Amino acid sequence: MKPDDDIKNRIRSLSTRKELPDKTPYTGISVNSIINISQNSGISCREIEIASLEEEIIPERYVRNMKSFSATDQATLLKSRITIVGLGGLGGVVTEILARIGIGTLNLIDGDVFEESNLNRQFLSTENLISTPKTDAAEKRIKEINSSVTVWKHSEYLNEENAEGLIEGLDAVIDCLDSLTARFVLERASKKAGCRLVSAAVAGNYGHITTIFPEDPGLKLIYGDPENAPDKGAETSLGALSHCVSLVASLEASEAIKIILKKGSLLRNRLLLIDLDDNTFETMQLF
Amino acid sequence: MSKKAFITLKLFASLGKFTPDSADNYQVEPGTSVRDLITGLKIPEEKAKLIFIDGVKGELDSTLNGGERVGIFPPVGGG
Repeated sequence: MKPDDDIKNRIRSLSTRKELPDKTPYTGISVNSIINISQNSGISCREIEIASLEEEIIPERYVRNMKSFSATDQATLLKSRITIVGLGGLGGVVTEILARIGIGTLNLIDGDVFEESNLNRQFLSTENLISTPKTDAAEKRIKEINSSVTVWKHSEYLNEENAEGLIEGLDAVIDCLDSLTARFVLERASKKAGCRLVSAAVAGNYGHITTIFPEDPGLKLIYGDPENAPDKGAETSLGALSHCVSLVASLEASEAIKIILKKGSLLRNRLLLIDLDDNTFETMQLF
Repeated sequence: MSKKAFITLKLFASLGKFTPDSADNYQVEPGTSVRDLITGLKIPEEKAKLIFIDGVKGELDSTLNGGERVGIFPPVGGG
């Protein structure tokens, strides 16, 4: 169900004139007002927020986005659907950022449960969530942050059989996996489904990130031919550190947002390499 | 006698332990291949997955003539 003129009048009547810290005037609407209109009308919070943005009325939760995004951009984010594959170190942070920024639908894929060794870096994990499915923790966290986000959760591991079906029709896919074999499975499925893929990997204080469109050569430029690639890399000896993982995850979220908004420069056929031991941040040309 | 050539060498992640003391000014024979370079450094060939020469992806067979910045990355797959 879509918001009609009555809903739009209700949005206008609950909006208030305000100012940004730099005195730029805007018309805003509170989280509670959005939830209220949604509950009374049976229309989703996301649809109410989109209708509000179309009237140039900014939901307060997105006000600090507004010097970077237009109301139309914010509505585009709310209409978009992104898949996050893997809800560990990278995926937990990507989930948090995309829920806060206002991606309308998050399609979550992970068959794992939390264990104690995750606590050093996986933002969705807490002491009382040990043995809890990661998708359940992610859904709960998203709902606490932003009731406008629709969550599709798949508590299963990605494989050759299910991959394409789990991601097709989505606007972007974010690879937050921890196995090279699974990364190649995801890349093949993304290419078949015509999805744009953001892929990152970490080990210790090191990480790299790239963005792959269906027609791009992609992961083989980084890992070589899939049949000769190992399943695990340097992370088996170096582990993973919270500050490095969250930094690289933030870069993945940034790439996904630029894909959705068709703004800025993407890391297509390029690899951003990060080494926090000596603060190397270098973008390399993959061909 | 061949001319001396020097490269800047950066070994990432688990390859860091193979870094020679003179990595910022590492002497190579002009025309040496990256494969020869990593063999000399005792880096297992299968660990040198990703090679960059002056910011562009290179190969084990790429040759070095001096003045290049060479970066070598092992496979990294953690998430």
